[in-house]
Amino acid sequence: MIPPPDGGACVAMVGKDCVAIACDLRLGMQALTVSNNFPKIFSYGDVHLGLTGLATDVSTVSDLFRYKVNMYRLREERNISPQTMANLVSSSLYERRFGPYFVSPVIAGINQTSGKPFICGFDSIGCIDFAKDFIVSGTASDQLFGTCEGLWEPDLVSCACSGDMG
Amino acid sequence: MSSEWPDTLAAAPGQYAACGRGEEHGLGVHWEVLLGITGKDFTIIAASKAAMRGATVLKASDDKTRALNSHSLMAFSGEAGDTVQFAEFIQANIQLYSMRNSMELSPSATANFVRGELASALRSRRPYTVNLLLGGYDEIADKPTLYWIDYLASLAPVPYAAHGYAQYYCLSLLDKHHHPDIDFAQGMKILRMCSEELKRRLPIDFKGLMVKIITKDGIREEEYADDQNVAVP
Repeated sequence: MIPPPDGGACVAMVGKDCVAIACDLRLGMQALTVSNNFPKIFSYGDVHLGLTGLATDVSTVSDLFRYKVNMYRLREERNISPQTMANLVSSSLYERRFGPYFVSPVIAGINQTSGKPFICGFDSIGCIDFAKDFIVSGTASDQLFGTCEGLWEPDLVSCACSGDMG
Repeated sequence: MSSEWPDTLAAAPGQYAACGRGEEHGLGVHWEVLLGITGKDFTIIAASKAAMRGATVLKASDDKTRALNSHSLMAFSGEAGDTVQFAEFIQANIQLYSMRNSMELSPSATANFVRGELASALRSRRPYTVNLLLGGYDEIADKPTLYWIDYLASLAPVPYAAHGYAQYYCLSLLDKHHHPDIDFAQGMKILRMCSEELKRRLPIDFKGLMVKIITKDGIREEEYADDQNVAVP
């Protein structure tokens, strides 16, 4: 049986020479709100990782990637690129193929070599979902899909891009 | 690493007799009351004094807390056996850290260590079914702290918190009356409102609360009278 997720919403979006990523701050168990200060976006240099799903795995996975990205930075003496991070997340999640972390990650970042924005999403076992427009995840993903499909257009400027996610 | 000390103090299974598993979904553990309130310069931790086994109260002066170091206190509820075993395992390792490094772990470091241990146990052959409140005072930031941790190892820093059925009665009261800069007297007043509401609405007698206070001066127990009757409408 898959344990019920603690809830949460995350959305990443591409605009003109920019990306945006947003999440809610609630930690709850069904109707009961435990905390209003539980961020689900974690920054690793140039890359931002959004994690929704089971709260314990959100913490475990974010701590794991903090360790892995710090080790990468020490070995390579440079920041990890969003594309490399996407492959790291994918392979790390697939390591737990038969006992997965119950999270749906989202990545947003700008590749510092090419200058191009990059976003992608994953399922809980690491299958990458590349997207040119937007990625949504979490218990409110249906609602986010609706608003994003309705409002997104190519080459949004940064203020319009983040305005969508109020 | 010095060879005088073991890497970690291993939890000794069987030191405390473990009761039947899976009780957390039946009556029992959720009736235990854990409350935490932070204020301007203090953290209050309150825990019910009843030790229950099924429908029987075995003890009316149970202490559901352990001091981890001079400025952090852990309150616990959950499956009998797991609770004290886990709390004393954590207590020993936190104290071991202090001895090795001649400094105390900060409350946030303590909370993340506890979460790590609970999270790795969660995906092991035998997880701990323990809910925790970690009250502390951060001497560097000069601020009181409170961490809410459940048996799934979800960790949240909070201004006030509760575990079990007490959440449903107390969080709404605390939402209305709590402010980050309340003084100690106001904190105790809000705690009294919570305990009276629990006495009025909980169907079982939890035998009153044991109240402990964490300030910059350390941990102390606060006298908490439980003699007045609460009127039920």
